[in-house]
Amino acid sequence: MIYDKSMSRRVFLIINYTILLLISLLCILPFINLLAVSFSSSAAVSAGSVTFWPVEFTTKAYEFALTGGSFFSSLWVAIQRTVIGTLVNLVLIVLTAYPLSKSKQKLMGRNIYMGFFIITMLFSGGLIPTYLVVVKMGLIDSIWSLILPGALPVFSMIILMNFIRGLPEEIEESAIIDGAGPVQVLLRILLPLLKPALATVGLFSIVAHWNSWFDGIIYMNNPDNYPLQSYLQTLLQSFEQIMLKSGSDYTQLLSMMNARTGRAAQMFLGAIPILLVYPFLQKYFTKGLVLGSVKG
Amino acid sequence: MLRKWKQQSPYHLMLIPSLVLVFIFCYIPFYGLIIAFQKYNPGLGFNSPWVGWDNFTHIFNQPNFVRTIWNTLYMSVFKIIGGIIVPVIFALLLNEVLHSGIKRTFQTLVYIPNFLSWVIMAGIMLDILSSDGIINTFLGVFGIAPISFLGTPSIFPWTMIVSDIWKGFGFGTVVYLAALTSIDPGLYEAAVIDGAKRWKQTIYITLPLLMPTIVLMTVLSLGNVLNAGFDQIYNLYSPVVYQTGDIIDTYVYRLGIQQAQYSIGTAVGLFKSIISSVLVAVSYILAYRVAGYRIF
Repeated sequence: MIYDKSMSRRVFLIINYTILLLISLLCILPFINLLAVSFSSSAAVSAGSVTFWPVEFTTKAYEFALTGGSFFSSLWVAIQRTVIGTLVNLVLIVLTAYPLSKSKQKLMGRNIYMGFFIITMLFSGGLIPTYLVVVKMGLIDSIWSLILPGALPVFSMIILMNFIRGLPEEIEESAIIDGAGPVQVLLRILLPLLKPALATVGLFSIVAHWNSWFDGIIYMNNPDNYPLQSYLQTLLQSFEQIMLKSGSDYTQLLSMMNARTGRAAQMFLGAIPILLVYPFLQKYFTKGLVLGSVKG
Repeated sequence: MLRKWKQQSPYHLMLIPSLVLVFIFCYIPFYGLIIAFQKYNPGLGFNSPWVGWDNFTHIFNQPNFVRTIWNTLYMSVFKIIGGIIVPVIFALLLNEVLHSGIKRTFQTLVYIPNFLSWVIMAGIMLDILSSDGIINTFLGVFGIAPISFLGTPSIFPWTMIVSDIWKGFGFGTVVYLAALTSIDPGLYEAAVIDGAKRWKQTIYITLPLLMPTIVLMTVLSLGNVLNAGFDQIYNLYSPVVYQTGDIIDTYVYRLGIQQAQYSIGTAVGLFKSIISSVLVAVSYILAYRVAGYRIF
């Protein structure tokens, strides 16, 4: 790139930086507003005087958020779900991607297997038939209803499969000549090499599991079993119902405003884990995009 | 043959867990699709009486259903268009920033909303868009009366379109920036020698070289044209805006799960699934033909 120091270039750069700054602020200010609301008194929030700094600072909303409702129990469900779900995803991704990375000659019926998995990416039985299967399997109210239906993320599996295909074949061949079987090759030789790819697809799984809310709502009859995002979603719905019904009823409006700061606090707490791992996520997601574009 | 099988059997064994789980949770629901042609009765299960195409004719005779399809297309088309234009422009502007630290900071800020669930985003939106929320407070400074962004049928779809682009454009930006960094700097140097200023360079070098990526992203998003964003709309809509905000997925949910009309809901889902899978298949073929991109 050649540097240009003309006047018009400078004017452009100033305008450019201003636009970029404004757009970036648009992405971050709502979160700062949410944080400010969560630390403000409900009176100040209902007066509309809270912008990006808490007004009449109080931690009441957080006391409410942490004691009221089932925040902690659903947080625990979400953690269990994310940990177990991600492990199940990773094990199945590896066990599937490795054989499928072989050629047709080395794995009989490879294309049939591949078709079997790809069809599920294109076509699905849909919400209700899947729901009925989960019911029939007796998984309602079990954490496995959130893990097993998506146990193999086919897209992630394809990313890993392409990654394995991109590795030099000689590594595996020399191990086989030394007498290693497929399982040993996978565990001793491939797994260490797959670390960056596994980190990428693992993070896809972590984000997906942490952020899912819909399956929690439909597969859990007992709200105590809701993972965090499902629980937060019910808070949204109740807020909306109050909003629709309240009209001019002032007392209800006041209680709603309390709910508003409390909800802001819980929303923020629900976002924290992802915001904490976010710097790592960004690095790997960008890498993942590059990995995913290496096609076999 | 037998020796070949012996050699390969570990690979086939590795595939078994995935094959079983995918069969149960993806293929058995395909069988469940038959209830779209039955009058489903939970007591009888799949032995419910057959009704042929009645469920489908019933749906298409509903005035809401055609409206629902229209809403879906309307919102998703604008989401796709905005989801291409905004990240491309943002990436072009960001590409002019030579200081890598500043560049990365902007990139990081706009990428944040991607990682949060629509539940959390909806919580934030309900807050900032409420009548005394920060956006209406801001508009009030200019003497604009509070706007009900989520409660006005004519505005609601645009609230969805803009907020979806807002949440997602950071991801697109990363993709386009990656494409921009792969452009050969020599081309710009040659252009400068020929007397081309930045603007001309952008028009004649950057944009044409970015075109394959833009085409690829557009083509791939075509497969999603019937997915107007269930997570987002479900969390933000209310009966007030059903006429403009209801999409196929929210309609299936309300009809199928909430009102327990399993057959009707499944029929709508099947209709959507067939059209979607055709669109996905066509878009993958187009992506391969036009941009040489292979998914599998």
